[in-house]
Amino acid sequence: MKEQRWSRLMAAAQEGDRAAYDRLLRETVPFIRAIAARRHSSEDRIDDVVQDVLLTVHRVRHTYDPERPFERWLAAIAERRSIDLLRRRARRAAVETSDQRTYETFPDAGANREGETLARDELSRAIATLPPGQREAIELLKLRELSLKEAARTSGRSIAALKVNVHRAIKALKARLEGR
Amino acid sequence: MTERTRKSTERLIEHLASEAVPVRRLPAPALRASLFLLSAAALAALGILLFAKLPMFERRIADPKLAIEVAATLATGILAVLAAFELSLPDRSARWALLPVPTLVLWIACSGYSCWRHLVVHGPDGWAIGESAQCFRFILVLSLPLGAALLLLLRRARPIAPVRVAALGALGVAALAAFVLQFFHPFDVTFMDLAIHLVAVGLVVLVASGVEALALRRD
Repeated sequence: MKEQRWSRLMAAAQEGDRAAYDRLLRETVPFIRAIAARRHSSEDRIDDVVQDVLLTVHRVRHTYDPERPFERWLAAIAERRSIDLLRRRARRAAVETSDQRTYETFPDAGANREGETLARDELSRAIATLPPGQREAIELLKLRELSLKEAARTSGRSIAALKVNVHRAIKALKARLEGR
Repeated sequence: MTERTRKSTERLIEHLASEAVPVRRLPAPALRASLFLLSAAALAALGILLFAKLPMFERRIADPKLAIEVAATLATGILAVLAAFELSLPDRSARWALLPVPTLVLWIACSGYSCWRHLVVHGPDGWAIGESAQCFRFILVLSLPLGAALLLLLRRARPIAPVRVAALGALGVAALAAFVLQFFHPFDVTFMDLAIHLVAVGLVVLVASGVEALALRRD
């Protein structure tokens, strides 16, 4: 029943029916989350997968054949994106270590809190606590000031995913710094 | 889901829905593969009719072992191209990648047997490099335009697992090139000539999957 409805909604979306598409994407979020949750435990990462899957569905929506089951098509994409995120994390973990003290110049915490370095330190620390996808987007686009195209090449992520991540990162940083 | 991410997912959905222009569905992969193979066949036929040494080919193909090898090469090309088109879609089983394996094994086995027989018959002379440099160039040069055309077609599906699609496509294209090469093979092959065909195919698969994977991934 649900399967047939999703299949119909997707067929309508392929023809440009925006309301059907909006409804379909909203209805499928729990389904995608359930698949992502099989491989990821952190809420942030599950959300990363969900958004990545939504972006992928959008990009490959012309490959869906309404004669075939929609759930299987969507599940295959969700499964692949979950694994992609695991691989990216493994690659990053192999070359990066995370240490809270990285950003301190003196062992005495007070010595780091002088003048203008205060804000920068706070910001660096806040950036360090972001989820990897968001941190990467901020580092590439805002700190290294790469263009979206260059950042996409460097990180292997799509431009749309970078945009979403940088947007989420700025919101998270704002919330964190305002709440200090 | 936290409130913050719920909202950002919602905004993303609104954004995607607002961009949902009508799209043209891809035709069935078997149909797309057939169109590619027919176009390649038409071009190959033209080249063969114009330039190949057909009487020599007829003499050589009378040997059933060579006939099997040539058939296995062609079948590997066709099946690998078909598998690449199928796997470029998200919901196809990974088992499609196995489709060209039996004929590939048969092709390698036939080639290997011919190599061994050649060595036994000719002794140390069998090692001489005949005209294999030309064969090598032939396979690489023919694979290039075929591979580029195939890449463009495969890219239309924006595969979510691009590397295996690229590897299968490259195998298909290189096998097709090796098949066409058989029509231009006027000489008695040496051990090195036969081995070099497979080396060339392997090289095309390696290089092309690297290049294609990068190109497909950029989407």
